[in-house]
Amino acid sequence: MTIAQTELGQTGYGQSTTARREVGSLQAQQFTPFVNVGSTERLVTGGLGAVMTLWGVKNVTHLNLLRGAIGAGVGAMLLKRAATGHCQMYEALGVNKAGETPAPEKYFERGIHVVEAFTVMKPASELFAFWRDFSNLAKFMKHVQVAKAVDDKHSHWKVDGPLGMSVEWDAEIINEEQDKLIAWRSLGGSLVDNAGSVRFADAPGDRGTEVTVTLDYIPPAGRVSSYLAKLMGRDADQMIREDLRRFKRLMETGEVPTIEGQPIGNCAGSGDRKSVNF
Amino acid sequence: MKAVTWCGTGKVSVDNVPDPKILNNRDAIVRVTSTCICGSDLHLYDGYIPGMQKGDILGHEFMGVVEEVGPGVDKAKLKKGDRVIVPFTISCGNCWYCKQQLYSCCDNSNPNAVVAEKAYGFSTAGLFGYSHLTGGYAGGQAQYARVPFADVGPFKVPESLPDEKVVFLTDIFPTGWMAAENCEIKGGEVVAVWGCGPVGQFAIRSALLLGAAKVIAIDDGTRVPERLRMAADAGAVTIDMRDEYVYDKLLELTGGRGPDACIDAVGMEAHGFTVDAFVDKVKAALMLATDRAHALRQAINCCRKGGVVSVPGVYGGLLDKVPFGAAMQKGLTFRMGQTHVMKYLPRLLGHIEAGQIDPSFVISHTLPIDRAPEAYRMFRDKQDGCTKVVLKPFAA
Repeated sequence: MTIAQTELGQTGYGQSTTARREVGSLQAQQFTPFVNVGSTERLVTGGLGAVMTLWGVKNVTHLNLLRGAIGAGVGAMLLKRAATGHCQMYEALGVNKAGETPAPEKYFERGIHVVEAFTVMKPASELFAFWRDFSNLAKFMKHVQVAKAVDDKHSHWKVDGPLGMSVEWDAEIINEEQDKLIAWRSLGGSLVDNAGSVRFADAPGDRGTEVTVTLDYIPPAGRVSSYLAKLMGRDADQMIREDLRRFKRLMETGEVPTIEGQPIGNCAGSGDRKSVNF
Repeated sequence: MKAVTWCGTGKVSVDNVPDPKILNNRDAIVRVTSTCICGSDLHLYDGYIPGMQKGDILGHEFMGVVEEVGPGVDKAKLKKGDRVIVPFTISCGNCWYCKQQLYSCCDNSNPNAVVAEKAYGFSTAGLFGYSHLTGGYAGGQAQYARVPFADVGPFKVPESLPDEKVVFLTDIFPTGWMAAENCEIKGGEVVAVWGCGPVGQFAIRSALLLGAAKVIAIDDGTRVPERLRMAADAGAVTIDMRDEYVYDKLLELTGGRGPDACIDAVGMEAHGFTVDAFVDKVKAALMLATDRAHALRQAINCCRKGGVVSVPGVYGGLLDKVPFGAAMQKGLTFRMGQTHVMKYLPRLLGHIEAGQIDPSFVISHTLPIDRAPEAYRMFRDKQDGCTKVVLKPFAA
């Protein structure tokens, strides 16, 4: 074997069986099945698996081999899903129904990362105090229907979801520095797991405060759904940017500019002069 | 109420629309007594500015009497019954830009900032009646208008001065003034002004008020002869671009130096009699370009070394064949922007009150609002000596 071949082998692309075994074990480590099926669903899956398996075995005994094979096969898969609590399909779709709070690396593996910043002509203390009061958040976060404090660290959120549905979750503050930082994450059982922070830092040259929001979220059907959202014009970057812009405007001017509700013409020339096309 | 609405390229209508309402706490409603058609309205009329929607109420030069104020308006600054002129730029007064008096760069007044950001990198101030890129605010060519951030923009004017003398404080007088101020006149400069429409006229007069030794006015004397006449009345030396080659004439008039500062008061719909102007026209017609920059190119070329090119003329998109090499090699300074109207109002009102300038000289027609469609056509086609139209919303 030449040196080049050895190197290739070690990166996993060559013919070396040792190398292939290494890659195999690496994959096994990376994709260790994790519990992503909820407990009720596991019970139902188990029941269904048992029935399918019995039905398959019955067909085999009646010499209906095809039916028997399908029944036993599907049944066995369902039983495995129930026993391990892991569903390959959910994994592919990025679904986690086991109700656990995702570990930080899950955000890295499957999350969408968004950073947006605006400079606001107000002292950091004022901005921090406004943001820390959860009852203020729906005033500038357009898609938030309800954000309310449950206790000092915990809050409950209800947000517009796709197709007119709403999405709810509980969140906790995981880090907080007076007038500087608020960081949070959603708790287990959320359809859209999310973790984020808002930082307040003095801007140079008396220009107020640089407000930077970071958000990581795991979309319910993996990255595919975030592309779909983009196609439907509900791009998370833009949504967060506009929320932050509304925050700036509300804090600086006391209101959010609008033209909703202003008069608009119908071009019918219903004033004294008919419309004229030149 | 009656309002002039944009209904597509070359088409405006006078519609009956609902009266405007207070939508935000800092809004006011103004009963409009005078409203004008601006040269930049013609860019909308001709379909050169993107982001217009059918039924949008036009107009950004208007004045009147405050009819109603929202609960958030500082009563010390504005109250019902005040007679005000309304700057065409909408500014919050709170953001860093407003605090620097860069009012037309306001961070907060454009509700459609996301679109402006995509077009220009950053969003500038909302404007009345000037496309959804600048907020889509209903304009003032109407009987009533809603004015946001009413404790910042509207400027009280004394009852002793008639509408005709103060209405141009809304836009064209400060715009001409800023163009001249941008020329960094210290005394003794020669300033050349391309375009003798209303903004050019005010730029000429402002440059002289600021101490320019000589102002040279350039326009097409065949198409709009009254404009060059007005410029001459103000004390400018005139060049008829149809008769004379502009560069040669400018050298002749400046002892071979070239003007110290050049003002492009024409903007994106320049007419010209040279090859570049013809190519621009073809490209614009084929939608290959939006802006025709003939005047700007000539200004850059004619400007003396180390001079200033000041651009009050409106541009909206992309320019072709801008002689940037000439600009760089000669070390030119470029100054431009939508006007920071509020910054100039007290000083300019002072000039009017002192009788140093009577802005009403630009008005050629005063018409009831019902005749807006024909007024637009007349102004665009420069018929009947039309230099400036004032519309009266409540006249029969």
